[in-house]
Amino acid sequence: MNKRLPIGLAFVLLVLPCSLLVAFTHYPALRALANSFWNNGSSRRPSKFVGWDNYRAMMEDDRLAQVLANSAIYALGTVPLAIGLAIGMALLVNSKLPATGLMRLSFFMPTMLPMVAVANIWLFFYAPGIGLASQILSVFGLPPINFLGSTDTSLASMMVVAVWKEAGLFMIFYLAALQAVPANLKDAARLEGAGHVRVFFDVVLPLLRPTTIFVAVNALINAFRLVDHIIVMTRGGPNNSSALLLYYIYEVTFAHRDFAYGATLTVLMVVILGAMAAVQFWILDRKAHYQ
Amino acid sequence: MTADMSRGLNRIALSTVALVLAAVWGLPFLYSVWTAFHPEKFSANFQWNAPLTLANFAEAWQAAPFALYFLNTLILITIVLVANLILCTLVAYAFVRYRFRWAGLLFSLVMVQLLISPEILIVENYNTLNTIGMIDTIVGITLPYLTSAFGIFLLRQTFLTVPKSLDEAAQIEGAGAWRVLWTVYVPLAKPVYLAYGLVSISFHWNNFLWPLIVTNSPEVRPVTVGLSVFATVESGVEWSLVNAATLMTTAPLIVAFLIFQRQFVANFMRAGIK
Repeated sequence: MNKRLPIGLAFVLLVLPCSLLVAFTHYPALRALANSFWNNGSSRRPSKFVGWDNYRAMMEDDRLAQVLANSAIYALGTVPLAIGLAIGMALLVNSKLPATGLMRLSFFMPTMLPMVAVANIWLFFYAPGIGLASQILSVFGLPPINFLGSTDTSLASMMVVAVWKEAGLFMIFYLAALQAVPANLKDAARLEGAGHVRVFFDVVLPLLRPTTIFVAVNALINAFRLVDHIIVMTRGGPNNSSALLLYYIYEVTFAHRDFAYGATLTVLMVVILGAMAAVQFWILDRKAHYQ
Repeated sequence: MTADMSRGLNRIALSTVALVLAAVWGLPFLYSVWTAFHPEKFSANFQWNAPLTLANFAEAWQAAPFALYFLNTLILITIVLVANLILCTLVAYAFVRYRFRWAGLLFSLVMVQLLISPEILIVENYNTLNTIGMIDTIVGITLPYLTSAFGIFLLRQTFLTVPKSLDEAAQIEGAGAWRVLWTVYVPLAKPVYLAYGLVSISFHWNNFLWPLIVTNSPEVRPVTVGLSVFATVESGVEWSLVNAATLMTTAPLIVAFLIFQRQFVANFMRAGIK
């Protein structure tokens, strides 16, 4: 029944809205690729074609190597931890325990806050001496830790902030999935003599798999594109220990005004995200064959 | 009897774990609330009878043009929301109701934005904005977000569920493309518009990096950027003021959440899952 699209209507429905999308998604991605082969121009010296020079510089950039290592640790650390916590929270909130409303509020509240506000709250929480973290340490007679000021703890401290902010959102998705689990399935398992733990791992958890895939993909993308807390709390420091890839792009481009290298790093970022999407498609595809 | 008792004990143990987790989770926020509502000398000093005060809020409100920042954010989210609702509806309508060459390819190209979102294209989008002279304007902040792949996807999924018979009936009554869209498709998608609206508002209220890059004058700064400018502790602002400002700028979202808690959670779920 689908009709042919008249040209005039096509213009209004598709061309106008999509041209905006192209102008700020596809064009900048291709433009970054083109610019990565040119150097920075100035008013006196126009930029000129330099071939693979920017990429060669990228391969020799020790800071970039550290930034990429940080990003990998950050993504691989925060995503599973946030998902695990989210499942636990959803089970608690979905249970018949008292005060589930209060629990849900406590878990979900951080999700509502802007990352900048979250960053301020944790900046204060971590503050040496005055912050709650060091007060708790001193109650237990432990020496104070300079969470954000030490290269050993700064990245881990950022990861805690990210998990705190994101787990509550993922909990909501799991809550929806849990409420969709048919009660008779669980009852049947219980009649067979399965305990709570067995029921969870053998009945509920497999049914949560689509949610887990959805959440994991989103969490992974978020781990790469949300760096507000890095900007507010550590500026990638100390000594580069908490810098993530997008933060590095921001710093290179807007603090050092190196737009050519910024474009090259953008290409790297797009390639990384594209590779992640490809892997994800591959996994989903394989799953589809099995079912 | 003993089975009952052990179940009761289990329940108590589990409740304790749950409450401890909820309390620990709430601590950073509650600590911030404590400091914001008490005089500076109590900021790291818990006494149950410490006097409550709103002075921090009053002082923070005076110290930076927060009213202006709020207005800017309001303008920003209104522009994005209105544009999103209209433009995403149009594109989704075209994909669902019409057939045209390369529809599949075009749809995949639109979906690219889900992965390569404007946040990671800051370098070249800044160049574009610079070229067209839109740096340091509110409209400039909104431009990359006016069409949203997420919105298109969501509305397309919804429009696909609209029964063809309704569409045909409207045509028999002589309705053209626009009438059909307005009287058949849009009304049936109302819950999705609401869900998408909530997600869009909270996303753009919270957005920070791109507005930070694009703005350099207070006249166009949204609250997130205004807050970060105000709250740089190196500039010697007191913690109680920073916390008051932080809560103040997020208060509208928190209040909205407390009022609409159930719808909000339900809508978040619907928007995300399908």
